[in-house]
This record gives sequence, structure tokens and C-alpha cells, in this order.
Amino acid sequence: MRTDFVAREVFTGLRRNVTMTIAMVLTTAISLGLVGTGLLAVRTIDRTEQLYSDRVEVQVALTSDVSAADTDCAQAVCTALRSKLEALPQVESVRYENQQQAYERYLQLFKGQALADLVRPQSLPSTLRVRLNDQETGAQAVRQATTGQVGVRNVIDQREVVARLFDFLGGVRDVTFGLAVVQAIAALLLISNTVQVSAFTRRTEVGVMRLVGATRWYTQLPFLIEAVVTGVVGALIAVGGLVVGKFLFIDQLLSGIVSNGVVPPVEVADIIWVSPILVMIGAAIASVTGYATLRLYVRL
Amino acid sequence: MPGVGRVAVSSPVVIRLEHVTKLYKTSTRPALDGVSVTIDRGEFVFLIGPSGSGKSTFLRLLLREDVPTKGDIYVSDLNVAKLPRRRVPRLRQRIGCVFQDFRLLTNKTVGGNVAFALEVIGKSQSTVRKVVPEVLDLVGLAGKADRMPHELSGGEQQRVAIARAFVNRPLVLLADEPTGNLDPDTSQDIMLLLERINRTGTTVLMATHDHSIVDSMRRRVVELDMGQVVRDESRGVYGVGR
Repeated sequence: MRTDFVAREVFTGLRRNVTMTIAMVLTTAISLGLVGTGLLAVRTIDRTEQLYSDRVEVQVALTSDVSAADTDCAQAVCTALRSKLEALPQVESVRYENQQQAYERYLQLFKGQALADLVRPQSLPSTLRVRLNDQETGAQAVRQATTGQVGVRNVIDQREVVARLFDFLGGVRDVTFGLAVVQAIAALLLISNTVQVSAFTRRTEVGVMRLVGATRWYTQLPFLIEAVVTGVVGALIAVGGLVVGKFLFIDQLLSGIVSNGVVPPVEVADIIWVSPILVMIGAAIASVTGYATLRLYVRL
Repeated sequence: MPGVGRVAVSSPVVIRLEHVTKLYKTSTRPALDGVSVTIDRGEFVFLIGPSGSGKSTFLRLLLREDVPTKGDIYVSDLNVAKLPRRRVPRLRQRIGCVFQDFRLLTNKTVGGNVAFALEVIGKSQSTVRKVVPEVLDLVGLAGKADRMPHELSGGEQQRVAIARAFVNRPLVLLADEPTGNLDPDTSQDIMLLLERINRTGTTVLMATHDHSIVDSMRRRVVELDMGQVVRDESRGVYGVGR
């Protein structure tokens, strides 16, 4: 196999169809950029889930009379509830937060906002904050153990609040993957078309190659490599786009919730993790499409 | 040896057609009808006949551009009709082809066109550098390696095509109307060149309509009509014998 010859043929082919080549590279880049965004969303969702599984608690809010009377969960109603909760196998720990502590946390949370001035310590309930070691069944067990008990106002599962965030992130992921699929179909058709056009513009060369006894590989390889090169270049542009997108767009968009610790930041390392996947997808799609096109539509 | 796929390597026979019939789906009359022809190593053979007589089909079958409906075809030791697809390149490396329309690559130089035939079958750069000037010298184009095809006359372009066909030293050179686009003097030069190549031991099979060339050369003539061999004559002329 003469690699210099094949390389020369590939270069000539790419240069000859330069507008088609650019279209193919850009379409592939957009498609893979969307796939990359989807993969980053999945990664962020996973990390966020992990973040919350460590932090999320079930809060058992106590009635106002118990809240007002008991500052350190020393009275019978509260201690009974606490022991009952601690006896559950799904429960890791139970912490008591009295009205004053709740008020301080509230002030910190809504610092600088008008809401902070409206609330007094006595308007907030004391809570038993339950940390679970089994997120799946724990919340239900806590609910069963406390609902209707004396001194219990209501039970708040923080996961229900967080679920909305996950729904949003999941939606972002689904939309980007959906767009990526549509764009991938466009890229696929463009690759197929470009290979056909490329083969057509070089029909004399290919005719001569066949006549003088070039093997199938020799006649087909330049076309295949052309497709793979554009696929890989498209993937690299997509990676570049993700890096630029991170600094110009994602970082700013998420800056508030990242600094509050609501979601973990998208790191350059995440993009580095995504890059080889995108390059492999780009190369695989291009080579499979190129090969199928040569076998089905081009007589070489 | 039909069906065996090989003839003895030492045999002087280079091309053998045994009762070859080719029927195209679009036609009721066979393009070739029970044709049997044997051509020895080093022969110079004219294939003549009116348009539609089967000359092109004959050449296409030898190149395995198509397969016969019936019969066997041998080129050297290869059973062409039964050759697996992956071995077709090996057959074509033994056959050089020249056409009426030259089929040169317009974006490559004269030398590039000839080198191309070697590069695509994986010959090394050193072989290409050595062999291309030699063959350009043989066809009378020494010093024109860097010219582009459009800078050459028709006769010179056909010489490039012949150089490309011959550069890999094929056993057989198939020429399909190689003088069809050339004036009589230039045609004569091309025939002298083909004769010269024939003298190196390469079998030449040339399909032509050119009476004067066939008559002046007095070589073996195989005449086809309606897909059948109607004349096979050594030292024949174009129009006699029908």
C-alpha cells in the first residue's frame, strides 16, 4: 500500500470538492456538538444526583406549640418522635433544628431580599431533619412513621423539590439528543452525497485504476479516508465549540446556581472526557456511511 | 481444461475462448455466439467487423468487465469467467488497454499519467522513477514527462496512453480503435509503435475499422459478424474473404 499516493488522492479529493467538504464538516460538527452537549448534560445530571443524595434530607416539621416550647428536643413529644425515627433502618441520622436556628438559616438564604424582613423566628417551625441511607424507600418510611403523630405539622421530602431540577436537566438532555439525531441524519446524507459526488468527479481516475488492476481497497480507500477525515475534523470543531460554549455561555448561564452549589460546574475536564467519544462517533459514522455508499451506490 | 481454471504456464497460448456466448438481457440476438479463438504469445491480431458485430463484447469479456453467458475464457493461466472478484485485479495487471479517446487524466502530467498506473497497484516510488522515463523513451516521448496532456497532439496523447498501458509490461495489449481519432500519418506512427511493443513479446489484440492499416500490416485477422467468427486468417487483409 502506497500511503503517500493514498494521502495525495485524499487531499486532491477534499480540495476538489471544497464547498461540499466544508458543508459536511460543519454539519458533522453541529451534530456532534449537540451530542457532546447531551453527554455533558448526562454527566452533570449524574453529578448533581450524587451531590444531592449526600445532602437531601426529609424534614419533619413540628407544630407551632411544640416548636415554641422546645428549643433542644428535650420534651416528651419531640424525643418520642426522634427515637421512633432513629429506630428506622433507612435512617442515618436525625438532627433537630429549633426556631432560632431555622430563622438564622432563613436569613442567610434570603439575605438582602425583602422576604428576610417579613419573617420572625416564631413563624418558622422547628424541624427534625432526617438524613437517609436509603434514598429510595427512606422518605416513605419516615412519612409513614410520622404522619398523624402528635406534634407533627407536615413532612417535606426535599427530593420532590430537587426532582423538578432533574426534570429540567433531563429535558435539556433529551432535546439536545433529539436535535443531535436530526442533525446526524443530515450529516449522514451529506456524507453519502459527498462520497457519490467525489466518486463521480473522479470517475476517469477510478476507471483507469480499475483497468490497470488496482484492488478494490486502492480504489475505495481514498473516498473512505476523505469521509473519515471530515468526520474527525467535524468532531474536533465540535470539541472546540464545546470549550468556547463553556466559557462564553454555560459558565455565565449557570454561574448563579453553580456558586450556590445547586449544580456542579461544567469543567474543561468534562469536555476532555467527551472529546474522544465525539471523535470516535464522528469517525465511525463517516466510515460506515462512506463504506455503505460505496457498496450500494458507487460502482468502483 | 475447462472448469479447472488453469492452463499450463509454459503454453504459448495467451488468450483462449472456448464456445463463448454472450447474451444481453436487452437483446434477443447474442452479442457473441459460440466464439472459439486461440491467440498465442507474441501474436499481433486485428479484430475486425462492422459495428455491433461483437468486437467490444469480446474485449470486455477478456477484461472481465462482463462474464460470458456460456463458454470459457482463458488469459494466460487464469480462467477469466470463473475468476473470483478479488482476483480480477490480478488479471487486469496482465492486460494493458488503449482506447480511441485516450482516457488520460487531464490534471496530471504525462509522467504523472504513466506513473499513476504503477502507483495504484502499489509499485514503489523507486520503481516508478526508474520505469516511467524508460517507457516514455520507448514511445518517443522522452523529455515530455512534465507536459500536460492538453499541450500534446492527438498522436502524442495516444502515445501517453500506450505508455501507461505498457508500463507494467503486460502479457497482452488490447487496443480498441486506437487510431480512430487520428489522421492517417499519425495512425501509421501509432501502428509502428504497437509493432515495436509487439516485438518485445507482448501480444497485441487490436479492434479496428481502419482498412488501410489492416491491409498494410498483413497480420492475423479475426473477423466477427453477428457475434460469430466468420474469418480467422493469418496475414489477412480487411475486406477479402467474406
